[in-house]
Amino acid sequence: MTSLSPSAAALRHAFGDAVERSLVSCRDTIVYVRRDRVHDALAWLKTTPEQTFDYLTDVTAVEYRDPERPLEVVWQLRSLARRADLRVKVALDKSAPLEVPTVCDLWKGADWLERETYDMFGVVFTGHPDLRRIIMWETYAEGYPLRKDFPLRGHFSRAEQTRQALAANPEAHYSLDELSIAEAFHELPKDMRERLRRGERGFLK
Amino acid sequence: MGLIERTPPDDPAGATAVSSISPNWVTTRLDFLTNWARANSLWPMPFGTACCAIEYMATAASRFDIARFGMERQSFSPRQADVLICAGRLPFKLAPVIRLIWDQMPQPKWSISMGACASSGGIFDNYAMVQGIDTIIPVDVYVPGCPPRPEGLIYGIRLLQKKIQGESIADDSLRQEHLVGPSGLFLPAERVDELSEPFGNSVSQTRSG
Repeated sequence: MTSLSPSAAALRHAFGDAVERSLVSCRDTIVYVRRDRVHDALAWLKTTPEQTFDYLTDVTAVEYRDPERPLEVVWQLRSLARRADLRVKVALDKSAPLEVPTVCDLWKGADWLERETYDMFGVVFTGHPDLRRIIMWETYAEGYPLRKDFPLRGHFSRAEQTRQALAANPEAHYSLDELSIAEAFHELPKDMRERLRRGERGFLK
Repeated sequence: MGLIERTPPDDPAGATAVSSISPNWVTTRLDFLTNWARANSLWPMPFGTACCAIEYMATAASRFDIARFGMERQSFSPRQADVLICAGRLPFKLAPVIRLIWDQMPQPKWSISMGACASSGGIFDNYAMVQGIDTIIPVDVYVPGCPPRPEGLIYGIRLLQKKIQGESIADDSLRQEHLVGPSGLFLPAERVDELSEPFGNSVSQTRSG
């Protein structure tokens, strides 16, 4: 397929000028949306019956080597029923604060994906319920490693990096309680709750 | 008392000569005996983070079988371990974890740094990776390779056994703990920087600033 996905035209029809441009790259359709309408556009793509992009494959960001080019936040969508993909992007001017609205309310799986994008690029997802670092430890102070102005070996000396790493207390942030399935019990799918009640895991009688 | 009097009648002083091949007596140095026991019953604490851990598993499994060298039991608790084997790269995020495990291991204890990444950071000369675990804990044997084959690791284990057999129980400095000091490091800061310096191909990484 080398032509635009029909979703691009439908999105332009529904959102008009908020869709800045769309293009095809390596047979994938990319749609650029204005930042202030991106949450509406993603919600529309998820819920409109002809679109039903019900699966959020990935949230990430791209920074180009050319310092003039804006940083892009990327949402890769998939419609499981229609077997169709769509990539939605927002271009962020690097001179302004890097902020986009969260889509955790649309796809729960966006939680950790947005945390990762925040951790690596410093993009703030406004409205995110728990925007913390997820790959680097929480007290990491050197910045956002995947930004182009970040030196490969980091900002600090190796001794300082080692000192800060050894001073981190992992158990303060990653306790067994946080990982406990018992706390999340009521949010589990029904069939899993029943299996656990029958004692397949033993500790939730 | 029913005991048989073994003193020969022609030895009135009761001094019995003990043959060097007597089944009842062995004379040896205490150091030799201790080191022999320690070197041949090393319980490893595996700290596997990457592909080296796969080679470590192969070393422990039936084909290479480190139980032949006294490593009968894999100790997944640091309290019952003698040798920490760091098999794989160590990110800064895991530095406090391996340090804690090392501090939890009782003396006598040794450590093996398995593979290029654990020994020097390897190909990962970047912001996230410890440039050699010897900046975090003391290391006894470095095993080169990327990853080392099981033969390589076994050679490292044999070297450690040889090192242990040269130790003396009278030497307290061998059993001294090297804790993280007030500086937040267990080595002087200059030493950590020196150990972490780029070498080989990563010297010409000009984008590293």
